[in-house]
Amino acid sequence: MFEISLGHYLILAATIFTIGVVGIFLNRKNIIVILMSIELILLAVNINLVSFSIYMNDLTGQIFTLFILTVAAAEAAIGLAIIVIYYRNSGTIRVQEIDKLKG
Amino acid sequence: MIIHSIFFYIFSIIAVFSAIMVTISRNTVHSVFFLILDFITISCLFIMIGAEFIGMIMLIVYVGAVAVLFLFVVMMLNVSKQKNEWLGGEKNSNHIPIGLLISGVIFFELIIVIGGWKYKPELFKTFSSIGIDLNSTNTHEIGKVLYTDYIHLFQLSGMVLLVAMIGAIVLTFRQREGIKKQSYFRQISRERNEGVELTDPKKNEGVKIDV
Repeated sequence: MFEISLGHYLILAATIFTIGVVGIFLNRKNIIVILMSIELILLAVNINLVSFSIYMNDLTGQIFTLFILTVAAAEAAIGLAIIVIYYRNSGTIRVQEIDKLKG
Repeated sequence: MIIHSIFFYIFSIIAVFSAIMVTISRNTVHSVFFLILDFITISCLFIMIGAEFIGMIMLIVYVGAVAVLFLFVVMMLNVSKQKNEWLGGEKNSNHIPIGLLISGVIFFELIIVIGGWKYKPELFKTFSSIGIDLNSTNTHEIGKVLYTDYIHLFQLSGMVLLVAMIGAIVLTFRQREGIKKQSYFRQISRERNEGVELTDPKKNEGVKIDV
């Protein structure tokens, strides 16, 4: 209980991952919050990689965390640019009213 | 050691609470604030576990760049009347039980996988060729590996950032109508006979100029 092991970090990462998935599933109003939930999921993956890297004495996990960080930053920039031009064209970013694809 | 455990529990409780608040906050600006709190807490956990470089990079990249980008977009778009209310939706309440059920199943599966996982006993000693040398700092170790063994991946991630930058600029660039701009091409290619006109004015009449 008081000895922090790898399992503690993995459970924390699983919790944050699930919260991010819940945020994507149940959000129906605001698409920016969906992007933030994706950031939460990537954060959970980073926690997993770093804790495995530390507890297994292997530096590769931290290197890959850097690359995931890069991809997350690029994805946030592209996603927010898409949101901005969608708002400019249609005047709303409510998830319920984004139905151009008739999905 | 017990201080370490207490700090771990405090930080993880704050992290989970702020992650929940990101998804259920009514106001989008509050969501961004809780996202910043979450990033800072997780980077504190990283520094505590011994990955200082990743923790600091997370502070710089996430809190300094990504969260501020979110804040800028929230400020630019008028989201004040587009509240985030996923529990109070009236006509779309049929997807909430399904979403909660699937999320619960995902969490359950992750917990089962973590709890039932058996470590190989020799796994903790030597796992790969890149071991962590405890005599030098974390940043030093990462620097020794990142620019030698992973140099191609490093350059490729730079390419990813470049493509993302060009893509964001191309997406949000727009040519506005009705703005006076300097056109170098028209300025340079102007010739004498369109700039100067020779007239022969009569007396007491002058020259009629239409601009």
